[in-house]
Amino acid sequence: MESDLGLWVIPLAILGGAIRVSTPFLFVSLGEVLTERSGRINLGLEGTLVFGAMSGYAAAYLTGSPWLGVLAAAAGGAFFGLIHGLICSLPRVNDIAVGIAMMILGMGLAFYFGKPFVQPVAPDLPSIDFGWWSDVPQVRAALRVNVLFIIGAGLAFAMWWMFRATRVGLVIRVVGDSTDAARAMGLRPALIRTLSTTVGGAFAGVGGAYLSLFYPGSWNEGISSGQGLMAVALVIFARWNPIACFGAALLFGGAGALGPTLQSVGISEGYYLFFAAPYVLTLGVLIATSSPSRAMAGAPGELSITK
Amino acid sequence: MPLTSFSRRKFLKGTAAFAGATSLPTFATADAHAPLTVGFIYVGPKDDFGYNQAHAEGAAAVKAMEGVIVVEEENVAETTDVQNSMESMINFDGAKLLFPTSFGYFNPHVLETAPKHPDVRFQHAAGLWTDGMPTNVGSYFGYIGMGQYLNGIAAGHATTTKKIGFVAAKPIPQVLLNINSFLLGARQVDPEITCQVIFTGEWSLAVKEAEATNALADAGCDVITCHVDGPKVVMETAAGRDCFVCGYHADQSPLAPEKYLTGAEWNWAGVYTGMVQTVLDGGTIDNFVRGGLADGFIKMSPLGPAVSDASRAQFEAVKAQIMAGGFAAIKGPLNDNAGNPLLTADKALVETDIALESMDYLVEGVIGSTS
Repeated sequence: MESDLGLWVIPLAILGGAIRVSTPFLFVSLGEVLTERSGRINLGLEGTLVFGAMSGYAAAYLTGSPWLGVLAAAAGGAFFGLIHGLICSLPRVNDIAVGIAMMILGMGLAFYFGKPFVQPVAPDLPSIDFGWWSDVPQVRAALRVNVLFIIGAGLAFAMWWMFRATRVGLVIRVVGDSTDAARAMGLRPALIRTLSTTVGGAFAGVGGAYLSLFYPGSWNEGISSGQGLMAVALVIFARWNPIACFGAALLFGGAGALGPTLQSVGISEGYYLFFAAPYVLTLGVLIATSSPSRAMAGAPGELSITK
Repeated sequence: MPLTSFSRRKFLKGTAAFAGATSLPTFATADAHAPLTVGFIYVGPKDDFGYNQAHAEGAAAVKAMEGVIVVEEENVAETTDVQNSMESMINFDGAKLLFPTSFGYFNPHVLETAPKHPDVRFQHAAGLWTDGMPTNVGSYFGYIGMGQYLNGIAAGHATTTKKIGFVAAKPIPQVLLNINSFLLGARQVDPEITCQVIFTGEWSLAVKEAEATNALADAGCDVITCHVDGPKVVMETAAGRDCFVCGYHADQSPLAPEKYLTGAEWNWAGVYTGMVQTVLDGGTIDNFVRGGLADGFIKMSPLGPAVSDASRAQFEAVKAQIMAGGFAAIKGPLNDNAGNPLLTADKALVETDIALESMDYLVEGVIGSTS
């Protein structure tokens, strides 16, 4: 059918891009929120993301089930988180340095084990067609929503509720805000931080599985192009609030779709500039929300960057 | 990925810098029976379903030759990294013949390294060797634009929206020639057809390539091809959006068996074994080597199941003309896509014309911009 939508393509593509591209940002940033709320920074999530993409793709290809792939990616991510957590529990170990080492280790291992899986084609994760009501193919394509996106959105709200209203959330926040107070309460900060980092790693692994099993939907060494690192920055952008992470992930996804879309409607001059849109946006929001009189609102007190 | 580009070679080079600097007498003295060491350097992973894989398949053919040792390094950036890789292949592996295969390696990296090693031969893919450049440097490439022209003919028959799409990496001459050839091939079928191009700005950016493919599909393109290092993502995404695809670099038909029309592929195995044999026989490779379909530098993927009989007939007829030599895809009268005249009716640029290698325009009918 004829489907020339003119300039309506732009908002539609931004919506579609937000839904398609945001999921890895969302999972990695939720994992990082959990880790940072407990008082540690895991910069290694880029490596975890890439390793999750590889292990998820490999497991899906070998078993024929994309869901087992997601499970394998989560397990791989949890393993990396656990190692980070255990090493950082040793006295006088810097979590940022360990994170950078884990990032390079994760990518190296993923490239090494991933070589035989570049060529084969693994089954994709299913998606739900929310555009059934429309007969415009662009709308249908934009509203083809992956199940992991919905799970991620649910997870963001669940985590927000957990931090606000549950005992587990309170324990993590206490550990993250003051080691001394946590000890006085009889909590074990190192254990809680290690568990938080492990679960956070599992989330990042699932984000990787989304990359290799749904969008773009294949495993190769250039699959991530830095989403894991950007998601860590996104946590600061979102002020350690899971729901804000969801919003920020959507924003980054949508802004990333802007460059290709503008070219497709004929606005093609200066496309390098449009590709920089997400980063310009980040700078703008950070400057707009900064304050000369107070420290970063919402930052956990035990973080090594805020101490 | 710069963070991971630390390699055994660099480690050796770094730690052995002193040994190298004192220039010990060369232990690899020229011996007629010593095996020839050939080095291949790739910009990305060598199994990327694309550009690097095509070269690596050529290297694999060289590896099977008698009296040859092949050393390879992948993921080498188009920076001083490649100079380090070349130096270490020469100094530590004793390489006498190098194939740095990425476009950006040539100037300045190959041109700066070559004069320091007059006994080593540098064979660079895609560069443009001209008089005055070091004589131990050679550049070779294939007229793959002709392959994109044939892709365009298959695309012109397959499109129903009269819009075809092209996901491109960077606006360099070879990419522009491919885009223009793809459109002009399609216009042989129907002069109303337009080609939408989207530049991603990098040779390998999986998510952006997928977004670009989706944007093309949203804009109504129903046949899509690309010029990026690894076409896997574009092929799978386009087929997922129910578009036909034309391949590039290597055969991608297993990725979209129903939607794959045909593809323009490199055929480096024959070229590389020929060049290595020349060196083994003590001969000299020409500094400037080019070849097309007829020379076996490129080949076309077998036509897919969706290709109609009319399409097949025209495809084979034009292919035969190209094989006969002297074919011109870019011929007058021709305007660029801003309406400025490029060629008058009596002018034609045949596939071997050197002017094509400095192309900086998109022809009329291509929607897009080079900057």
